[in-house]
Amino acid sequence: MRELIWLIPLIPLLSSVTLMLSSGKFPRLLIGLLGVGSVGSAALLTLALGLDFMANPEVLQLTLWTWMQVGSFAPGVAFYFDGLTLVMMSVITGVGFLIHLFSTEFMEDDVSYARYFAYLNMFVAAMLVLVMADNLLLLYLGWEGVGVCSYLLVGFWYQNSANGQAARKAFIVTRIGDTAMALGLLLLFTELGTLNIQSMVGAANESWQVGDTLPLIACLLLLGGAVGKSAQLPLHTWLPDAMAGPTPVSALIHAATMVTAGVYLIARTHGLFLLAPTAMLVVAIIGITTSLIAAFTALMQSDIKRILAYSTISQIGYMFLALGVGAWTAGIFHLMTHAFFKALLFLGSGAIIHCLHHEHNIFKMGGLRSKMPVTFWSFMIGSAALAALPMTSGFFSKDQILLEAYQFPDIGPWLWFAGLCGALLTAMYSFRLVFVVFFGQVKTKPDKDTGWRMALPLSVLCGLSLVGGYFIIPVESVFPMSTGTHPAHWVEYVSISVPLVGLLLAYLIFQSGQLRVDGLVNSAIGKIMRQFWLSGWGIDWLYERLFVRPYYAFASLLKAEPVDAVYGLVVTFNEALNGWLSQSQTGRMRWYITSMVAGLVVLVAVALQLSPEAI
Amino acid sequence: MDGLNIPLNHVLLVSSLLFVIGLLGLMIRRNIIFILMSLEVMLNAAALAFVGAGAHWGQPDGQVVFMLILTVAAAEVAVGLGLVLQIQRRFKTLDMDHANRMGG
Repeated sequence: MRELIWLIPLIPLLSSVTLMLSSGKFPRLLIGLLGVGSVGSAALLTLALGLDFMANPEVLQLTLWTWMQVGSFAPGVAFYFDGLTLVMMSVITGVGFLIHLFSTEFMEDDVSYARYFAYLNMFVAAMLVLVMADNLLLLYLGWEGVGVCSYLLVGFWYQNSANGQAARKAFIVTRIGDTAMALGLLLLFTELGTLNIQSMVGAANESWQVGDTLPLIACLLLLGGAVGKSAQLPLHTWLPDAMAGPTPVSALIHAATMVTAGVYLIARTHGLFLLAPTAMLVVAIIGITTSLIAAFTALMQSDIKRILAYSTISQIGYMFLALGVGAWTAGIFHLMTHAFFKALLFLGSGAIIHCLHHEHNIFKMGGLRSKMPVTFWSFMIGSAALAALPMTSGFFSKDQILLEAYQFPDIGPWLWFAGLCGALLTAMYSFRLVFVVFFGQVKTKPDKDTGWRMALPLSVLCGLSLVGGYFIIPVESVFPMSTGTHPAHWVEYVSISVPLVGLLLAYLIFQSGQLRVDGLVNSAIGKIMRQFWLSGWGIDWLYERLFVRPYYAFASLLKAEPVDAVYGLVVTFNEALNGWLSQSQTGRMRWYITSMVAGLVVLVAVALQLSPEAI
Repeated sequence: MDGLNIPLNHVLLVSSLLFVIGLLGLMIRRNIIFILMSLEVMLNAAALAFVGAGAHWGQPDGQVVFMLILTVAAAEVAVGLGLVLQIQRRFKTLDMDHANRMGG
C-alpha cells in the first residue's frame, strides 16, 4: 500500500495535463469531475496512507528513479514519507479538495473553466512533490512548480493588465528568495556532498559544530527562500497584490499551502538550523516583526481580501516565531490549523464576493448575517479561530507558540509580549471584519445565496476549525522534544485573555460604537499613522523608489542600446567613408585620368622613396 | 655617327616633355579630336624614347618597336575617328563632358 505513494502527486498531474490538452473542448461537468475528482482521489489515498501510518508509524523512503547522474551528484526522484510529510499532504489534498469543490461553483460562469482547473491541479501536484521530496533538488522542483502555478493563477484574469502586474510582482519577488535558496543548495552540496535531506543533516552534524559560520550562511540562504515564499519581511510585498487572483486560489495557494512552504522548508531542515542558533534567532525576529507589521496593516484595510492577506502574513509570522524559538511542533501545528481557518475565511469571502457582484470593499457590505447564514457562521468560526478564542483550533496552536516563545532564553518574554500585541490586533481586525460585513445596515443586496458546492466545503472547514485543535499531529519522531518547563500560570491566563480583550475592543469600536475613536483617527498624527499603516508601513512605497524605479530607469537606458552604439560607430564610419569615396565616381573621363595620373605619381614617388638604389 | 651625336639624356628629356604635353592635353582638353591628338603625341613620345635608346646602344630593337607603335597608333586613330563620328552623330557634340552618360 505504502509503495503506491507516488500515485498521489501523479493523479492531479495527469488530470492537469489532460485538461491542458483538451483546449477547453470538454463539457463543464467533465472538467469539474476531472479537476475535483483527481484531488479527491489523492485525498482519499492520503487518508488511507495516514491510517496505515497511524497503525504502523514507519518512515518510508521510496526512490522511483535516478533523476540525473553527474559524478557523485545523483539526485533521485525519490519520496520521503514521515509524520511531517503526512501532515502536509493531508492539508494539501484535504483542504485542496474542499477548495476545488468550492471552485466549481465560484468559477461556474468563467469562460476559462478548464484552464483554471488545469492550473489548480498542477499546483496540487507540484506542492505534493515539494513536501514529499527526499532531496532538496526535487523539493526545489516542486518549489518552482508552485511558484509558476501561483504566477499563472494570480494572473488568471489576464485581460486586466493590473492582474498581470500583480502576477509578475509575485513571481519576481519570490524569485529573489528562490535565488538565495539556490545558492544555499549549491553551498550545501559543495560542503556536504549530498542534497538528500536526511544524509545531509547527518553529514552536517558530523562536520560542523554548533555556531560555525558555514551552517549559519547555509541557513540564512535557505531562510531567504523561505522568506520569499512565505511572504515574510522583507519580501512580503507580493502577497497582498496576489489577491488579484480568483478567491479560491487565494484560499489554496496564498493562505493554506504554498505560502507555508517556507515554514515546511525550515521545519524539514531543522537539523541544520539547530547548528546555527543565530539563524534561528533571525527567523524568530523576522517572524515576530512581520507578524506585528502585517497585523497593524490589516487593521486599516478596507478590501476584504487584503485584510485576509495581511492576516495570512501575520499568522505565518507566528509560525516563523515558533520555528525560531525551536517550537517545531507548535509551528507545524499552527500551519495546519491556520490552513483550516484561513481557507475557511478566504472561501467565506469568496462566497460574499461571488454573491455580491464582485464587491471587495467591506464598507459597501453590511447586514449580511441573515442573508447569508452559512457564510456568516463560517466567518464567526473562522474569525474566532484566527483570533485564538479559547477552545477553537487557533487557540491551541497559537497558545502553544506563545508559551514556548516565553521560555526562549534571554529575549523570550519580549517575544511573548510582542506576540500578545499581535494577538490583540488579530482579534481586533478579524472581528472588525465580522462586525462591519455581517452586522449593521444592508448596503448591497446579495443576488443569491451560496449553493451546496460552496456550503459543503465551508461547513467541513467550520468543523475542522473548531476541532482541529484536538488533533495530535504525528511529528514526535521528526522533531527533537522541547525541553522547557511549564511557565507560570499567570502567563497562560494572560495569553488566553488577550484575544478576548481584542474582541471586546472590536465590539466597542465597530459594533456598539461606545468607544469613540474618531477624534484619535482624525487628529493630525492619527491621520498620518492611518495612512502609514494603510500603505503597509510604506514598504511598497520604499521598494518602488529603491528598486523598481531605478530598475526601470536602467532598463530604459539600455533600451537605447548603448553597447550597440559602439559597434554602430564602426558602421557610421564605414558609411561616411563610402559616401566620401562615391563622390569620386563622377563619370567624367578627364577626372578619372587625372586621378590615375596623380595615383601613379604618388606610387612612383613612394617606390623611389622606399628603394633609392633603383634610381 | 660623328656629326650628329645627341646625348641620350636630351632625347629622353624631349620625350618626357612630349609625353607630359600629351598627358596634359588628355586631362585638360574637352574636345575628343584634341584628346585623340594628345594620345598620338603621347604615343610618339614613347616611340621617340625607344628610337633614342636604340641609337644609344646601337641596337635595332628600338626602331622595330617604333614600327610597332606606328602601326598601333594608326589602328587606334582609325577606330578612334570612327567612334568620334558616331559620337558626333548621336550627341551632336564633340565635348566629352556633355557626351557623359554615366551617373556618379
